[in-house]
Amino acid sequence: MTQHSRDLSRRRLLFGGAAVGAGVLLAGCTSNEEQPTEAQTKAAGAPGGNSEPGKRVTIGFSAPAADHGWIAAITNNAKAQAGTYSDVEFKTVEAGADAAAQRAALSTLISQKPDVIVLLPHDGKELNAFGLEAMNAGIPVVNLDRAFPDARAYRLQIKGDNYGMGVAAATYMIAQFKAKNLTNPVIGEIAGIDSLELTQERSKGFADTLTAAGFRIANRRAAEFTADSGQREAAQLLQALPKMDALWNHDDDQGIGVLAAINQANRKEFFMVGGAGSKKAMEDIQADNTPLKATVTYSPSMASSAISLARLIGQGRGMSDLVELQVPKEIILASETITKENASNYLKLGF
Amino acid sequence: MSDVPSTPTAERAAQLPAQSPPVDPAETAAASGQTAAAGRLSWWRGDGGEGARRNLALIGVLLVLIVIGAVTRSDLYSNPDWVWDNVLSILKLASVVGVVTVGMTFVIIGGGIDLSVGAIVALAGVWCTTVATQSYGAGGMIFSALTVGLAVGLVNGLLISYGRLVPFIATLAMLVAARGLAAEISDKQTQVSDNSFINGLASNNLLGIPLLVYILAAVVAAGWVLLNRTTFGRRTVAVGGNPEAARLAGINVKRHTVLLYALSGLCCGIAAIMLTAQANSAQAAMANLYELDAIAAAIIGGTLLSGGRGTIIGSLLGVVIFATITNLFAINGLSTEAQNMVKGGIIVAAVLVQQVKFRSVTQFLGRNRLTTT
Repeated sequence: MTQHSRDLSRRRLLFGGAAVGAGVLLAGCTSNEEQPTEAQTKAAGAPGGNSEPGKRVTIGFSAPAADHGWIAAITNNAKAQAGTYSDVEFKTVEAGADAAAQRAALSTLISQKPDVIVLLPHDGKELNAFGLEAMNAGIPVVNLDRAFPDARAYRLQIKGDNYGMGVAAATYMIAQFKAKNLTNPVIGEIAGIDSLELTQERSKGFADTLTAAGFRIANRRAAEFTADSGQREAAQLLQALPKMDALWNHDDDQGIGVLAAINQANRKEFFMVGGAGSKKAMEDIQADNTPLKATVTYSPSMASSAISLARLIGQGRGMSDLVELQVPKEIILASETITKENASNYLKLGF
Repeated sequence: MSDVPSTPTAERAAQLPAQSPPVDPAETAAASGQTAAAGRLSWWRGDGGEGARRNLALIGVLLVLIVIGAVTRSDLYSNPDWVWDNVLSILKLASVVGVVTVGMTFVIIGGGIDLSVGAIVALAGVWCTTVATQSYGAGGMIFSALTVGLAVGLVNGLLISYGRLVPFIATLAMLVAARGLAAEISDKQTQVSDNSFINGLASNNLLGIPLLVYILAAVVAAGWVLLNRTTFGRRTVAVGGNPEAARLAGINVKRHTVLLYALSGLCCGIAAIMLTAQANSAQAAMANLYELDAIAAAIIGGTLLSGGRGTIIGSLLGVVIFATITNLFAINGLSTEAQNMVKGGIIVAAVLVQQVKFRSVTQFLGRNRLTTT
């Protein structure tokens, strides 16, 4: 699974944060950087568990330069999680604009001899060789979200589940159809950028699950993970389906535009499921005043978990709740379904 | 372009009632400055003749697309309410790109190109939706979007006129830089617009017609008057047809070029407000590839990429045709890939048809008919 452009798929919403002066052109600008919320890290300190201070570990970290909120959240989460451990030294290198730049940055990282490297590669295939090199040099590599094809190139793989997002969205819908006794519902889908593997996987999970339950997708439009493209495609989809029962939109950021289009068309006969789990989407679900009734997650909290596990790997310890003496080799986050009932639990994980 | 002092002043030439038949300036520009001047001249008349015929052909294409839609989705088209809604949805879809295309048409007629329009829309959109700007209310948001668009367009124009950068390069640089600045300002986040007036521009109607459609109509009308009924418009044609002749005729070509890019930037500012209203938000990646949509629409509308000829109505029809194709594919549940292939095909076909037409006209009239006035 290569996911070069997963980058495009997550963006953080602006809430609070500073901005640029209005009107006057040359007003100064400040950044919108937000501190990760407390809950995106897991506090160290509970006695007896993994969080007890151990051997000092240096963790090297590299992720692509943040070009949108999801990657920004990944980097922030990693940094904040490392900060909660007194025994972790965190070294980060800017990954630059492409795989070549990241490779160059990583070679400087290797020369600093970290105990573990946590890496979100630009492209898993292109950085596979680096993973092998580091592993051969005795530095365990934790691959974050974009898998290396070669199993020898990483010690731990932790990633999200795109196919599972589609499955989760469809499963929620099927339950709703059953509850409403709908036998032939009209289902719409607004995908992200269609050429990306992650979009194809999400759509496949969605279609497979619906087909297995005897339903079919009436119309599907591909947007570009931006709010304006979401609005554009949703407006056309609504035109094509004068009556709809359910809509899955792959990405909560583009969902801002999708909801705008629904509002502009004055439609409310259907319910909508989102994707990714942005804070804005969770708040909308909680408020329950839009068609958005649920969203399925793909959370950047995986970066915090990657740092915790990298620390344990560096210390040669296992996960305290598991029997094994070492950290497992692969972890795939489940795509969870957020609804009005449980949104309050997830709000802190929203990005 | 060669220097032809004997050419009648380009500006006057453009204003004179034309007597030469329509010609393609690109084809003749190489021959001499004089022919290019005549090319402008014939464009001026062509607005009523050749341009109108071209626009009729575009309307024909539009009708064909609508008929295809009505045949393939007769179930939807049998409901008059839905048909009206659908027409409005096509016009709303066309509105933002339409406003950008009006500015683009001026720039292209003036012999330039503006690759930065999508980036300017994004920058203006991001600028006007920052928390600080939103605190000034709708007026502040509109003012800042227009000012940012105008200012970026001015920078483009100054770089091209006085910095002597090729328009392609200058606006390509601006495309990258403006999106970069937009990403910096927004910290790559999607900035939600909480302003009910701005958001209402996309959801409210006046007399059953969406406000966005009125804005598009106003910009198109203003563009048409500016191009066809003012000195500014005639100068634009003159500058695009043959800048050297225009300069010798006393037009301040550099200043005029600056104004053209500023005009394009201003249109982008207007479009930024409209797009922000539609999406209830703005972000650095918004208006992706609008430059290509606008250039494509201008070209199938009959604007000559080398400058000196073009019509606002043609460009508008180009935008509406593309929006209708998108709508046609959406209501039939066909994939975006197929839709893009058809769009590409239509661009090529439109340009081919125009070339064939002009070549035959040229052959028919002979090659040395350009010594008018």
